[in-house]
Amino acid sequence: MGFYGEFLKGIWRENPTFRIVLGICPTLAISTSVINGVGMGLAATFVLLGSNVFISLVRNMIPDKIRIPAFIVVISTFVTIVDLAMAAFTPELHKALGIFIPLIVVNCIILGRAEAFACKATVWMSVADALGMGAGFTLALSLISAIRELLGNGTLLGLHIMPSAYVPAVIMILPPGAFLTIGPLLGFFNYLSKKRAK
Amino acid sequence: MERLLIILLSVVLINNFILSRFLGLCPFLGVSKEFKSSLSMGAAVIFVMALASICTWFINRYLLVPYHVEFLQTIVFILVIAALVQFVEMVIHKLSPLLQRALGIYLPLITTNCAVLGVCLLNVKENYNLLETIVHGVGGGVGFTMAILIMAGIRERLILGRVPASLQGFPISFIVSCLLALSFYGFQGFFAH
Repeated sequence: MGFYGEFLKGIWRENPTFRIVLGICPTLAISTSVINGVGMGLAATFVLLGSNVFISLVRNMIPDKIRIPAFIVVISTFVTIVDLAMAAFTPELHKALGIFIPLIVVNCIILGRAEAFACKATVWMSVADALGMGAGFTLALSLISAIRELLGNGTLLGLHIMPSAYVPAVIMILPPGAFLTIGPLLGFFNYLSKKRAK
Repeated sequence: MERLLIILLSVVLINNFILSRFLGLCPFLGVSKEFKSSLSMGAAVIFVMALASICTWFINRYLLVPYHVEFLQTIVFILVIAALVQFVEMVIHKLSPLLQRALGIYLPLITTNCAVLGVCLLNVKENYNLLETIVHGVGGGVGFTMAILIMAGIRERLILGRVPASLQGFPISFIVSCLLALSFYGFQGFFAH
């Protein structure tokens, strides 16, 4: 599989959110508006890219026994970079995402890719993998947050989309709405992939 | 005293770690198939969350803040949690084979449980003192256990129901969690007056 194939698999076939169901906590917690969703997706993509490249570079130097702690140190370093950068350049977004930025450390997608891919593959392929997984995660977050923002607030990216007669279903941007959005969506994607397999 | 009670009730019922803060969903969905294993998982989480809260509180107060290296918080906390879990596992292995069998495989899983790191970060963010930290840690674990037990009870019945093929597994669990979260949402505003 070439660069392009590795990139594309993260978007559909092995989409971290809808197909493998990883990293659900941040997905549900911050998907109340599209801005938050995209911001979180990009932050996670940056960490994923950094950790994948770095781990792939030093993969032959890390002893097998302590590889998980080593991965965690690498990942948390990149998370700290993102945390500080966002606090400096996008303070509002940083405030909205709150503790979910430092919690990127325990996002299973990132540790999962380090363990399943980057510690066995070349740097170039790890870049493709990180970008694909990051794009898949960002797209999934955008979709979920778009649904929630549209139904719960009547807006998209802060612009009013729904007709003025529409009464926003506030429940969609409250915690239960997150579960209500992702449950049927996952079911729908299951249905699609089953239909494709036939 | 009143403040401690408010912290405890709000972390268990109102800001439940799973149903309203979305922390620790992986074990919540992964382990909640059986009532018994959920109970073991819950016990392990309460234990580790309380211990991690205490350790990270001391480290933050007496190491990170005096030396002005608060930006290392994330790295230090996750390493402390990982080491702590490993240590607890060793101690339990030596002291009580019975407890080891009950908690066994659930302990290593907890390292990457975002509820544990989450509770430590929240303790610092809310500026809790030691006593409040302990109450918050234990309460968070209790809230997690309560949610996972309710979920396991429902899922054990759910096997008997006829769920559409595409909704089986994760999707139906999310829909059940939605109803649970909705009912817990009723506690919101409990302390407003």
